[in-house]
Amino acid sequence: MTKVKVGILGSGNIGTDLMYKILNNDGHMELSVMAGIIPESEGLIRARNMGIRASHHGISAILEDPDVRIIFDATSAKAHRQHAEMLRAAGKIAVDLTPAAIGPFVVPPINLHEHINTFNVNMISCGGQATIPLVYAVSRIAPVHYAEVITTTASRSIGPGTRQNIDEFTYTTAHGLQSVGGAKLARALPVINSADPPVMMTNTVYAAVEGDFDENAVMSSIIEMADEVSKYVTGYRLKTTPFIDDRDTPWGRLPVVVILNEVEGSEDFLPAYAGNLDIMTASARRVGETFAEYILKNEEVSL
Amino acid sequence: MKLPRLTDTTLRDGSHAVSHRFTPEQVRTIVHELNKAGMPVIEVSHGAGLHGSTIQQGFSTFPEFELIAEAINTVKQAKIASLFVPGIGTSVELRKAAEMGLDVIRIAVHCTEADISQQHFELSKQLGLEAVGFLMMAHTQPPTVLAKQAKLMESYGADCVYVVDSAGSMLPSDARERVQALKETLTIEVGFHAHNNLGLAIGNTIAAMEAGADQIDGTLRGLGAGAGNAPTEVLVAVLNKMGLNTGLHLSILMEVAEDVVASLLTYPIVIDRDNLASGYAGVYNSFLLHVRHAAEKFGVSASEIVEELGKRQAIAGQEDWILDVAVELAGRK
Repeated sequence: MTKVKVGILGSGNIGTDLMYKILNNDGHMELSVMAGIIPESEGLIRARNMGIRASHHGISAILEDPDVRIIFDATSAKAHRQHAEMLRAAGKIAVDLTPAAIGPFVVPPINLHEHINTFNVNMISCGGQATIPLVYAVSRIAPVHYAEVITTTASRSIGPGTRQNIDEFTYTTAHGLQSVGGAKLARALPVINSADPPVMMTNTVYAAVEGDFDENAVMSSIIEMADEVSKYVTGYRLKTTPFIDDRDTPWGRLPVVVILNEVEGSEDFLPAYAGNLDIMTASARRVGETFAEYILKNEEVSL
Repeated sequence: MKLPRLTDTTLRDGSHAVSHRFTPEQVRTIVHELNKAGMPVIEVSHGAGLHGSTIQQGFSTFPEFELIAEAINTVKQAKIASLFVPGIGTSVELRKAAEMGLDVIRIAVHCTEADISQQHFELSKQLGLEAVGFLMMAHTQPPTVLAKQAKLMESYGADCVYVVDSAGSMLPSDARERVQALKETLTIEVGFHAHNNLGLAIGNTIAAMEAGADQIDGTLRGLGAGAGNAPTEVLVAVLNKMGLNTGLHLSILMEVAEDVVASLLTYPIVIDRDNLASGYAGVYNSFLLHVRHAAEKFGVSASEIVEELGKRQAIAGQEDWILDVAVELAGRK
């Protein structure tokens, strides 16, 4: 079967985990290059051992291969701002796992198909990938006036980039909850817990709903959505049946749909507790797969 | 022993105990009296700090900036402070507070996560604020770990770092060793913030002073999260008795505690079963009212929830885990 050649830019934890996800799961993508900037980085060594072309020449190693069609950028927001233009000029599709947010936000079960012809899409944040589907599941049935999400992660799974930019995490995730999740107003609150053994990623969604609504329809919508996400993030699950808790809010006493979620990593490279990293790489793989399938289908037609 | 600087946080930590329902009038009255009594620093904000008005923490009845403005407009010599928790507050609120004339920002993180506060310390200093670090849940870490975390805050520009006994779980020796470790490691000031779950809020504050604490906290009538804090008026009485001339008017503090603050209580702030369970298990004090809400909704015992939260090592900002635990306990029945 013909496959679409893809590359990974960034040989850190995220890039390496994504590499194993692509290699361990059959699909429409063929990983042909892994590029970083640190010659002896573990990611590059591992790529080489798996028979993948690995280079420490960063973006140039990607650009020199015209056959590579889709690039996963797992570097940093600053680096991606430079990569974006170069990749676009080379006609390569960029799946951006950094907070650069140059392209539109994508959450696979919600809006991926709207952006299927886009050359640069952004994966928002780990908290966003986990909670935006849940908020959307409520808002497609009943108007969500305000969504608030709490993303709890293990301290050991949070790298220096996120630590130095905690404000950006909150802004980006809240923005995604509104623009993609359909909440009128939104807040995102990250919690970093240093418990030993490390805690698994958990997400709590509070969706304050306006007016009368069909409670059963909301519950089924949430359960259906969680199933949908678990098709590509295998450790994604609801911790309990969602429930309603009436709360006093600045907009009066409102029913709040409470959804408790947990994400267990699939341990492709990173430990099980790091569901926050797993959901980023698994979602990015899903995006890549969808793009690759679309490219193959179109090319079949043109032949 | 030298006299430490006293910060009254009735209008911040006490905000938890009144479910964040302080009115501008209450703020004006309390700030006026504290100022008259000679209180050096008065902290005003949502209990969870700037931008803390959320479903998770509880919504404020009045916008926080209205309350802070009221405080700033009321004081003459006292400094006005606010709490700031990275992840809850952002640079937007920091800038706004500084523009309004806030004097001191107290930046609070879980005591192992100092490195998430760098951007906020740096911005606070650029904005001309006095910046104080708060290492919350400090009972969970040994003195050496706390000293390293405090050192990071110092490197970001902190003017002082507090050892914060958020769960009221420390013994006097715990407070002493932790403050001492910070004093030995830092060149800046060191503070101590107590809670009263084990009846040791005043005792631990004195122990911290013996180890050299430069700043300490109190709240009128002990109004604060969970079992409350070191009562300001009691603390001042004790300091006076120790021969440290606080220069504060004890009678004014006693009066405002009795006539104003006591009447705000909707439940007694005492070491009841839930608060003792919390201090004993080392669970964050601000959870109390959320725990009671969940216990009632799911028909489980509050102390059981507290105990389980302790086992799971829940930290500040994890009120959602209370629901998770309550659902799980209800399911076991």
